[in-house]
Formats: sequence, structure tokens, C-alpha cells
Amino acid sequence: MSAGQADRLGHWGRFGGRFVPEALIAALDELETGWRKACADEEFRSELDRMLREYAGLPSMLYEARRLSEHAGIRILLKREDLNHTGAHKIRNVLGQALLAKRLGKPRVIAETGAGQHGVASATAAAYLDLECTVYMGAEDVRRQALNVARMRMLGAEVVSVETGSRTLKDSINEALRDWVSSVDTTHYLLGTVAGPHPFPTLVRDLVAGIGTEARAQCLERYGRLPHAVAACVGGGSNAMGLFHAFVPDEDVALYGFEAGGEGIETGRHGATLVGGSVGVLHGARSYIMQDDDGQIIESYSISAGLDYPSVGPEHAWLMETGRARYEAVTDVEAMEAFALLCRTEGIIPAVESSHAVAGALRLAPRLRELHGPAATIIVCLSGRGDKDMETAARYFGLTGEST
Amino acid sequence: MSGNGAVSVTSVLEKTRADGRAGLVGYLPAGYPTVDASITAIRTMIDAGCDLVEVGLPYSDPVMDGPAIQRAAAAALAGGMRTRDLLRVIEAVSGHGVPVLVMTYWNPIEKYGVDAFSRDFAAAGGAGLITPDLIPDEADEWLAASERHGLDRVFLVAPSSTPERIARTVEVTSGFVYAQSIMGVTGVRDSTSTAAPGLVARTREATTLPVGVGLGVRSGAQAAEVAGYADAVIVGSAMVSCLLDAASESEGLAALRSLTTELADGVSHPTD
Repeated sequence: MSAGQADRLGHWGRFGGRFVPEALIAALDELETGWRKACADEEFRSELDRMLREYAGLPSMLYEARRLSEHAGIRILLKREDLNHTGAHKIRNVLGQALLAKRLGKPRVIAETGAGQHGVASATAAAYLDLECTVYMGAEDVRRQALNVARMRMLGAEVVSVETGSRTLKDSINEALRDWVSSVDTTHYLLGTVAGPHPFPTLVRDLVAGIGTEARAQCLERYGRLPHAVAACVGGGSNAMGLFHAFVPDEDVALYGFEAGGEGIETGRHGATLVGGSVGVLHGARSYIMQDDDGQIIESYSISAGLDYPSVGPEHAWLMETGRARYEAVTDVEAMEAFALLCRTEGIIPAVESSHAVAGALRLAPRLRELHGPAATIIVCLSGRGDKDMETAARYFGLTGEST
Repeated sequence: MSGNGAVSVTSVLEKTRADGRAGLVGYLPAGYPTVDASITAIRTMIDAGCDLVEVGLPYSDPVMDGPAIQRAAAAALAGGMRTRDLLRVIEAVSGHGVPVLVMTYWNPIEKYGVDAFSRDFAAAGGAGLITPDLIPDEADEWLAASERHGLDRVFLVAPSSTPERIARTVEVTSGFVYAQSIMGVTGVRDSTSTAAPGLVARTREATTLPVGVGLGVRSGAQAAEVAGYADAVIVGSAMVSCLLDAASESEGLAALRSLTTELADGVSHPTD
């Protein structure tokens, strides 16, 4: 197995694969074949490129955060995915999959969503490409994220409130899978991250890999050299895989993933599956998951809804096992400190998800400076913007009321 | 194959086939409403005429199940149901002349240890596993463990399965082949599937193993219809609903007994 390549059935070592009902295998095969053909089709590729450029605003900038760099003592470059249409890297994935769904002749897409970001992105792509769209969202999340529910509906999507299980992201994936088993002839499941059964981890990674290929080229062009490290937050792991993929063969570039440490790994209240979970099977793949002694899935927790997921993409499990990438947990407190720091030093309000990556980079800074001196350079994926998180931030920092 | 020299799944279904009828497979989850009450309920299905029983291991993320089985499984887990309780249920309901299969999602088995579970399950008298989210492509460890401990492995085929996949699946299946009659999750339906007879016929082209049909059956008439083309009729959600909808435990057991009797009569009078 060469770097970054899964075997024919989607395995990276013991991770990945297809742990799904037989009824879905034909659809997964169709998707895999369809994707391979689409990649080889010049017309499809140029149409997708055009959409990404003209509609999504790509390529995103690589921005040297001077004041943040001064604070950290090393050079920090931010990959500005927060400036993309719909405010995150997710637009890359949804546009690619929606165009593929059209090509496969499926008039309907379904999606899961936690906080609503992937749901909004999916609804956007569906509106743009004239597809019917149903978004499954846990009842608990529907209540907490009323604004995103309104956005999705405004864009023409049907939002289904999922009342089963823990009524959060993992249950919305279960419900989307149940829908898909029943509707697979007419429906594409627009999965939001690099998890799930083969070919999703590879498909989604390939669609978001532009993050890394752009950043790598931008860094080379501007500084004449590769960064010493790259860093991203990891929930399901799509923005991190998107950043890492181009750098995996560059063995001198360290890859760092930062998971949701929540209230601390030792409290059990976290979403750090690689750091604090164990190997198991969930949502169609073998990876690291949060589970109890009987293999029942445990609720994850993070202040950031986008990192609040009890599994992680199988390629990350592989990158960790092979030692190519390193994963650490960042707590809610550390993430919110980084959130505030980026606001104040750069005038950029990041997503709370992305703040975990910023916090991680700040933690790495002394280590990198010691190894490489003050010219040490790190690329951080600023995967999304923080508008959606202002309620969380206002509550956390006590910003409401007449004076602060 | 079967553990402990007890009656095997295949021999039961060969006998029902020789008798000109289909076998009735009843499903209930272990631990609902309690572990002990689930034992009583499963024994009730056996006494009322099930030829095989399928005991579900409740799981937190049951993607193949509809609302009825989800509800019962969630209640069982909330009541403290553990994997070791499943083994106690198996021990209590096996040895009554009716082979006992377990229907389980794969993660709890991986967590227990595939070989360790197979060993303990066989020792408890279990006959085999039905694995709705484990396809043969991912099943090497289970294939080895089931051989080692003499357990049947029931894999699923679906209306969307290609002839190549059906051939590959039946090759490693034992006991019977589980034909998922509809593209969808578990739950009762007013009409049975139109895809099922074709799927059973396609499966028979690939194997002489008995073929069971599940998903959607809830009445004697439907059971008779499915018995017209399948070797076994699998009933799950309708059984669970007897317990879910009942005002008391005894009422639930009475409903379960009555439904099982009706279904047993249905599978004995196959519709042509």
C-alpha cells in the first residue's frame, strides 16, 4: 500500500472497509465506479473546477498572520477556508458530490448534519444544481441551531428532526443510512466527512484535497520552501485529510491533527476518538470510536458541534498507527482562548472547530522554534468562520447585556 | 453445524421443507422489557410454534432497524442490558429443540473479541449469528471463529445484490440464506415485497441452502404467501410490537402467543 492509497475494498491496514448492509453494496460500487469515471472525464473535472472557482471562491488564500506569528514566535500561515462560499471547506465536498449525483442520474440528495454546517452546504449545492435535498438533523441539534435550520429551509431543503437515540449527529447519520437503504435508486447520500463505508473516505478526501495542494503550491511560491508542519482540527476529519493529503509524501513536513478534548480526556467528556477512543466499527468503517466495554457507542462531547462525533475517518487512524501524523487533544478552554486571540490579533473570527487547530499550533510553536528557529513555519487550516458560533462565544465570554 | 450436538438450523429447515411447509423464525431482542422477561417471551414463541428463534443483541446504533425494534433495543440498553446478559438468555432458551440464532450488529462482537464471543456463545448453546452489517468481504475473522466453534453464519442477500455477490455470499453462508425482501429497514408493512420471490429464485440458482425471507411480515396470510416461495419466514417487528403495545406483561405474552400461532398456521399452508 503506497502512501494515501487504500486497497481495492477501501482498507488502510485494518481500518476502513465496508461494514454496511448488503443492500447498500450495489450503490457503493456504483458510486465508486461513477467517481472513477468522472475523475477521468475532462468535462466533469473542468465543470467542477469552474464551479469551485466562480461559485465557491476558490482557491482560498494562504494568509500570513503577522500579529499571531509575533505572539507565537514562529511563522503561522492560515489557509483561509473560512472565506469560501457558505463559510467553510465543506463547499468543496458538497459541490463535487452533488455534481457526481447529477452525473449518476440521481435527482435527490440526503445529508446528515450536526450543527448544520454540512446541511447548509448540502442545501446550497442542491439549490445550485437543482436537486431535491433532505437533511437529517438530531432533534437536540434542531433545537440548538434554529438559525441553520431556517437557512436550510430557505434554500429549499427539507429538514427532518431525528428523535431516535441520542438525537444528535450520530443518530442523524443512522437515519440518513436508513433513508438511503430505502431510496438508493433515486438518491445519493451526500456524506459530510471522510468517514463512512468505502468509497466515501477516499471520495471526500479527494474532493477536499485542494486545501493541501493549493496551500503547498502557495507556500512554495511565496517562501520557496515547504512548511515545517501543517495543522488542522479533526472531528470526522475532512478538513485535516484535505490539508494532509498533498503533504503525506513530504516526509519532512510534520502532520498534526487536533481533536476535541472537551472538558479533558480524563473526564470522559470529549470527542477525541484517536487520542481517547479505541478501535471499533461505526457508520460503515473500522476506525477509532468512542465506545463502552460492550461496544455500545458513547456520546461524544465538545463545545464545538462540528467536532462532536464519536468516530473519525479511517485514514486518520492509519496515519496515526503508521506514525505519519500525530494527534493531540485540545480542550474547550484552550480552543476558546485561541478563538479570542485570533479575533484580537488578526481581526478574524474563526469557527470554534478551527480554533482547536489554532490552539494546537500555538502549543506546537515552542517545539517548532526549538527545532527550526524563528523561521519555523506552520500552515494551519482555518476550516471555517465563526459567525455561526457567536452565540457560543457570547455565552462563554459573557458578552451579552448592556456592558462588558 | 451446531454446538453441543443439538438440532441444527439446516436439519430443522430440511424437515419443514420435507413436510411441505416453511419454517417460522421469530425474532425478539434480549433484555426487553427485562432480561428475565425476554427469556419468558422467547420461550413463549418457541412453545407457540416457532421453528427457529432469532435473539437480537440490542445496539446503540441499529441502522437496519425501524422504529419498533429501535424502541425495544433502546429500552433494553437503558435497563442495563449487557452482552453477558445475552449469553444468559441464550443459555436459558436453547436446548428446547429449537435452534437459537443471534442477530447482531458487528461492533459489540468485535469489542467482546470475535473468537471469545464465538466460544462463549457456542458454550451457551447458540447455533449461529445473523450479521446485518457484516458482509463476507469483511468477515475473515468470523469465518475462522465460526468454523472453530461450530457456529452457523447467516449472511444477507438483498434485491440490489448482483448475481456475483449472491454467489460469493452463499459460498460462505451456512444454516440458511437471509433474503432481505425489501430495500428498507425492519418494520411491518401492509403488503409483502414484490421483489422477494425474484430474489429467492436468484438465490436458489446459486445454492441448495434453505432461503429465509424477512422484513415486513405481520400476519398469517402474509406468512402463507412468503411460505409459497421461501423455506423460512422471518418475523421480527410484529413480534416486538406485541410486547411494545401491551398494557401489561401478561397481555403482551398473550398477544405474542396468538400472533405466533397465527404465523405458524400461515407457514404450514403455503399459498401457491
